[in-house]
Amino acid sequence: MFAHCADPSALGGLNWLLCYLTSGKHLLFYYSFGTVLVLLAVTAPVALGMGFLGAMAARAHNRALSLVGKAYMLMVRGIPDIIFFMFFVIALDQGLETVAHHLRCPDWTEPIRTALEFKVCPEAKIPPNSAPQYVHQIYGFALAVVTFAIVFGAFAANVLYGAMNAVPRAQLETAEAYGLSPRQVFRRILVPQMWVYALPGLSNLWLILIKATPLLFLLGVNDIVYWAQELGGSKTDSYAYPHGDWRLWYFLFLLAFYLAFTRVSEVVLGRLTARLSRGQATMAGEAMRKAGA
Amino acid sequence: MTCMETLSAYAFRSIGLGERMLPKANITLCEQFTLIGSGLIWNIYYGALALFAGFFLANALALAKAAQNPWLRKPAEWFIFTFRGSPLFIQFFLAYQVFVLLPKGGVELGGITVHTDWLTKAWAGALVVLFLNTAAYSAEIFYGALRSVPKGDIEAADAYGITGFARFRRILWPTMLRLGWPAYTNEAIFLFHATTLVFFSSFPAFRQQGDALYYAAYFADKTYNPFIPYPIVGFYFICLTLLLTWAFNSVNRRLNRHLPSNQRARIRLRPQLIR
Repeated sequence: MFAHCADPSALGGLNWLLCYLTSGKHLLFYYSFGTVLVLLAVTAPVALGMGFLGAMAARAHNRALSLVGKAYMLMVRGIPDIIFFMFFVIALDQGLETVAHHLRCPDWTEPIRTALEFKVCPEAKIPPNSAPQYVHQIYGFALAVVTFAIVFGAFAANVLYGAMNAVPRAQLETAEAYGLSPRQVFRRILVPQMWVYALPGLSNLWLILIKATPLLFLLGVNDIVYWAQELGGSKTDSYAYPHGDWRLWYFLFLLAFYLAFTRVSEVVLGRLTARLSRGQATMAGEAMRKAGA
Repeated sequence: MTCMETLSAYAFRSIGLGERMLPKANITLCEQFTLIGSGLIWNIYYGALALFAGFFLANALALAKAAQNPWLRKPAEWFIFTFRGSPLFIQFFLAYQVFVLLPKGGVELGGITVHTDWLTKAWAGALVVLFLNTAAYSAEIFYGALRSVPKGDIEAADAYGITGFARFRRILWPTMLRLGWPAYTNEAIFLFHATTLVFFSSFPAFRQQGDALYYAAYFADKTYNPFIPYPIVGFYFICLTLLLTWAFNSVNRRLNRHLPSNQRARIRLRPQLIR
């Protein structure tokens, strides 16, 4: 990055460290923090949306729809989330390729799935074999995002379903007495009030989501854990910056990153809770009213 | 091989007994069920031991966090924050790196050589991490429960002249356990779920002796078919969850046995504790 870094072997002390920490691979390492943030920024709203749909489905009067919603919510309770991560990534990939296979090669006669392999015609490969490396990476990342959204949507559905049930029944009955239709009750009374009940659960979920991001490594994305492994491993003299096994320091750095991230989130969520409790018919809202009066 | 033969060959494969070679071709459903079930031994081993040992440390930590003395309170707070605030995954990696760096020949302590190489093995190293992790999570639960012990209970104890350790043992502690138990049940369930991370973080699976998810991933890799092995693991874990809920429920009933039935705490599964 800097001009004087051209010959690392001639450097020493702080200069060496500065050049080391700004080497090309380290820049990729710093970008991978961006990957994690992008994952969080994309997954959180999508998961919240899926959770909202799930909770709505579970509350529906339609029996079948309600069962679907409840099954989605139950999914994460008994089974470790990591199994879903492992499962969905392969299952989604194979599902997409199967669909593409039927669309693009209708006259292919060999079976797709045999005892030992999963084989679709070359045209149905997603992404195509000839695609450049970065397309494969983006595809892998997209699969990871969808998987995260499905799994965390189920968690969010649990939280939102509980929150919808926590809104005092009297509030809804009053609205009904005023002649509001079920749809209006849902949109104008239930949804605005449920957030304060959902917030403790959603804050928790956000913290869980932050802590689940290293799983990207298991899904084959070059995330911060991958780069910490890669950069920390001992480098022989054939490398520009030879050093011993520094993985411990890299992981300590990751630990500090996660702790700081968690701490900042906790503070922000605490403020948000205070903001949403204002004027609510809950204990926190009542305490704020008294303090203000 | 018939299914009975498979069972005898692979039922204890995960702890190194029976057939050495894993099935490679013509993998049957029975083989998948047996091997994944055999891997479950490890999940139960980690979960049960970490939970048992963690319970005691969690009680101590909860008390330390509730203590007036900052020398007790601050370390407990930091311990709990570190383990609750960072991903278990990173904790595994970090612990493994620390254990690897320990001297190979062991540490000389007052003339006695303490061997440390066993810590780099999953059975001990991962257990230590899980133990500390669950202790931190449970300590936070017990601390919250300790803070919500009704004031009246303590005043009543004071009025009866019960003080000091007797007050803790007979009034505070049982009430704390009773109040914290539903949340602690969830912690236990998600601890068992977290044991699946062991062989996916840094601790290597020695001679292909892994946990349930390790074998499931092995089969998914060999057959390119995720639709059989992963649901099998899911099935096993649902059974495990049901068993745990039942066991913790019976403890819960005992803790609540003096209360009228409408005041008893119910255990509800809340997926809010994954690491």
